[in-house]
Amino acid sequence: MFGLDKKDASLLLIVAVLVAFAPFLLNPFPEGSAMAQFNAGYPDLMQRFVIFGIFAIGFNILFGLTGYLSFGHAAFLGVGSYAAVWMFKLLSMNVLPAIILAVITAGIFALIIGYVSLRRSGIYFSILTLAFAQMSFALAYSVLTPITGGETGLQLALDDPRIFGSATTADGNIPVPGLFGLEMRDSMELALGGWVFTFNFGYYFCAIIMLVAFYLSIRIFRSPFGMMLRAVKSNQQRLNYTGLNPRPYTLAAFVISGMYAGLAGGLMASMDPLAGAERMFWTASGEVVLMTILGGVGTLIGPVLGAGMIKYMENIISKINSDILHGWFAFLPDGLEDLVVTMIYPFIGKGWHLTLGIVFMLVVIFLPGGLVEGGQRLARLMGRKKAEQPKSAKTEPAE
Amino acid sequence: MGLLEVKDVNKRFGGLQALGNVNLSVAENTCHAIIGPNGAGKSTLLNCLVGKLIPDTGSVMFDGQSVLGRTPFEINQMGISRVFQTPEIFGDLTVMENMLIPCFAKRDGSFALHGIRSVMSEGELRDHAEQMLDDVNMLDKRNMHSASMSRGDKRRLEMAMCLVQNPKLLLLDEPTAGMARADTNNTIDLLKEIKEKRNITIAIIEHDMHVVFSLAERITVLAQGTPLVEDTPENIKGHPKVKEAYLGEAA
Amino acid sequence: MDAIILQILNGLDKGSAYALIALGLTLIFGTLGVVNFAHGALFMIGAFCAVTLSKLLTLSHTVIDETRTDFLGNPLKVEVPYVYDVFGQATGDAIIDWAVPLSILFAIPVMILIGVVMERGLIKHFYKRPHADQILVTFGLAIVLQEIIKYYYGANPIPTPAPAAFVGSFDFGALIGFEPGQIIYPYWRLVYFAFAAVIIAAVFAFLQFTTFGMVVRAGMADRETVGLLGINIDKRFTIMFGLAAAVAGLAGVMYTPINSPNYHMGMDFLVLSFVVVVVGGMGSLPGAVLAGFLLGILESFASMREVIAIIPGINQVIIYLVAIIILLTRPRGLMGRKGVMED
Repeated sequence: MFGLDKKDASLLLIVAVLVAFAPFLLNPFPEGSAMAQFNAGYPDLMQRFVIFGIFAIGFNILFGLTGYLSFGHAAFLGVGSYAAVWMFKLLSMNVLPAIILAVITAGIFALIIGYVSLRRSGIYFSILTLAFAQMSFALAYSVLTPITGGETGLQLALDDPRIFGSATTADGNIPVPGLFGLEMRDSMELALGGWVFTFNFGYYFCAIIMLVAFYLSIRIFRSPFGMMLRAVKSNQQRLNYTGLNPRPYTLAAFVISGMYAGLAGGLMASMDPLAGAERMFWTASGEVVLMTILGGVGTLIGPVLGAGMIKYMENIISKINSDILHGWFAFLPDGLEDLVVTMIYPFIGKGWHLTLGIVFMLVVIFLPGGLVEGGQRLARLMGRKKAEQPKSAKTEPAE
Repeated sequence: MGLLEVKDVNKRFGGLQALGNVNLSVAENTCHAIIGPNGAGKSTLLNCLVGKLIPDTGSVMFDGQSVLGRTPFEINQMGISRVFQTPEIFGDLTVMENMLIPCFAKRDGSFALHGIRSVMSEGELRDHAEQMLDDVNMLDKRNMHSASMSRGDKRRLEMAMCLVQNPKLLLLDEPTAGMARADTNNTIDLLKEIKEKRNITIAIIEHDMHVVFSLAERITVLAQGTPLVEDTPENIKGHPKVKEAYLGEAA
Repeated sequence: MDAIILQILNGLDKGSAYALIALGLTLIFGTLGVVNFAHGALFMIGAFCAVTLSKLLTLSHTVIDETRTDFLGNPLKVEVPYVYDVFGQATGDAIIDWAVPLSILFAIPVMILIGVVMERGLIKHFYKRPHADQILVTFGLAIVLQEIIKYYYGANPIPTPAPAAFVGSFDFGALIGFEPGQIIYPYWRLVYFAFAAVIIAAVFAFLQFTTFGMVVRAGMADRETVGLLGINIDKRFTIMFGLAAAVAGLAGVMYTPINSPNYHMGMDFLVLSFVVVVVGGMGSLPGAVLAGFLLGILESFASMREVIAIIPGINQVIIYLVAIIILLTRPRGLMGRKGVMED
């Protein structure tokens, strides 16, 4: 299917199904129940899942294949956001030109930064990308305020030209982003028994783009280009003596992955038309590193999983407070209840970063292949038990 | 005029004269061995041929073109393939992928964006690579993770990766270093076979005289960065200068 | 002229902090070959050692003072720090006042302990893993450490003043013959600079003149050979890690009066310190110190109004700009050694 082999095609299909039914799958608990706060099926969060999924997929094309660890990838996300918002300001509220310009601008930006940074490798490359991103952040925050809106961020205004659209809506408000008349924020709610499911146009728009991005990344992984990138990671010396020039390959990977980040930034602005410099801060670059590693660097589905997991933790775990904890452990005797709550409390709510840090460290130490490797190990373990033939069970090197 | 012409090459590292006025001519379709005691400058010379080092003075011509100032990948594209002393392969890739990469390099040049066509759809290149793997008796290992193979297999794979490009000149840097006698003999047979089957010129650096005398048609002896003698193996065997270089004044 | 001297002085305290952090980073990198992204967190923990000690010293109990009454006419309740009970009021006040300098004594053992535990418990297992893995795991550790601090101390900066004797500024210009009022410089920044100079000198002296230091330097140059000589390098390297942690921690302790510590100060400094290390040259101790001061001073020059008027925003990006130029023109940094991290 679509030039994929059977395994990849079924992976794509599974992801497509999961994404399509996400409004159901992420809302397993009825409204008003105690567990309802674990529902993640609201448009805002679902949009973020897929948008950061795209960001991480792109990052993985660079880091997963070539092994070049960029610590400045958020710069491209930020540039994409700014470009998209400018299109909304100047052109029209249609998201297509905004997204296209976001991708192109981020691509050009990545070409420049990549061309310079890729002259060094290893830790030097990481520091160079970090330096470039921090520089972009500092400039966007101060001197470039006319373009970036500085501290307040870039916002839409009533007096924006919008030459192909209307500057204001009939009732005098700033128009919202849309696609040929369909607004990104349009939602349809479906109530089934105690459950309420929300189907948001913006989410499905992002989801389709994410599936296309995912499909492209599979094709890149399986292409000769992807193989060359893995060769770069494996042995640059041999590549050189085999008549291949590693530089343009890594630069192409860098630009492609920058364009993915720009796409994510453009989508982010399309869902909520504002852009701020903090999107380029180095912690944002760190976040995509965390996502990719957590999910499984160099695997196809890993980055998407990692992005989903981190965004879920950020939005759901961070909302649990001590009252909720007390509610859960109310069945325990008083003293024990307090003890359990005190022990768990640092890891939830505002402390979710702590949980994130610990999980991340554990993954780097014990599961270099991330959640995907964890899943594979688990599957092998189960498979072995089922087969009940310990002799024939061979551990194969994880791919 | 040989395929490879090295003229008056000098290379200094600080106070050390690594190469002093080296002249070397490797004729087409021969196997030319470069021997010499440790520190004679063999590896330095080799590195000057493949673009890793640039000589201070002198010229290196290959097939009528200068290689000086070119990068290793450009020199490879000119038709020189190199086998390293310790096998350099793509350890994270499968054997078949290791073979495909030089095939792509040969067909598409030093950089090509192939779009998103799958590697699997490259039938012709795959056949070509499998043919080569068959020639070195490694077809059964084509889906193996190459890092998990034995050292001998890695060496054979590296050799196959170089040969699949049909190079005009194959450079071998101590191809049997650290090998058991049986493996060494296998390698000699393999190289002999390659030599007969293909029109290929081989330049070999080797310590093992058994290998040298089984393969070489011409031998250059290097000592302290300068060529002492260049001659046929028969004449080299009893040459007093060679003995002196290897065993010192006392011999 | 006076403006230039003022900027050099202004650059010194930041430069000192960069130099101290970069020194520790380089020490760890040079000896253990590990890229430590958690080094900024050690700086931050040092600062919080000072916060902790000043909090401990001001711990107090309530005493009812019968001789005085509050505005309602009841006997006045007075908070009396425990240190008063031990040392009496005068000495107690002095101790509280000098909490930050006293924290040095407190921080040294704490930081060495943290450093050693970190090395034995975590870093040790990453010597053979790729640099990317080292960066990632220490990055994770940095997040964990800073979140722990945030949990206990909150997210807001905690003002921790210098001893009263060093509060305020003095007229440095007048001392060296300028018009009075031209170069006003805070006392504590001078103290910080002097302190940094002493620490840097001590580290260099330690490496230069002790047998221990000699072995470590030899190990930095060629780890395998020294290992072959039958010297237990690992143990020494653990100690080096503790030492580097202590240096970072002390830099943090003394920095508290200049900038009120918060949980993310470490990361803020780390990013810049890495740039400093790279500019100075990976694995070069003098390079790290030199680059630290150089960049600190450069940054303060770039903040001059006259400079900003010519190139707006230059103060924000100068360090990164210098780093990029240096990396591209002198890949090994100012004083880097050949063969370090050149894969």
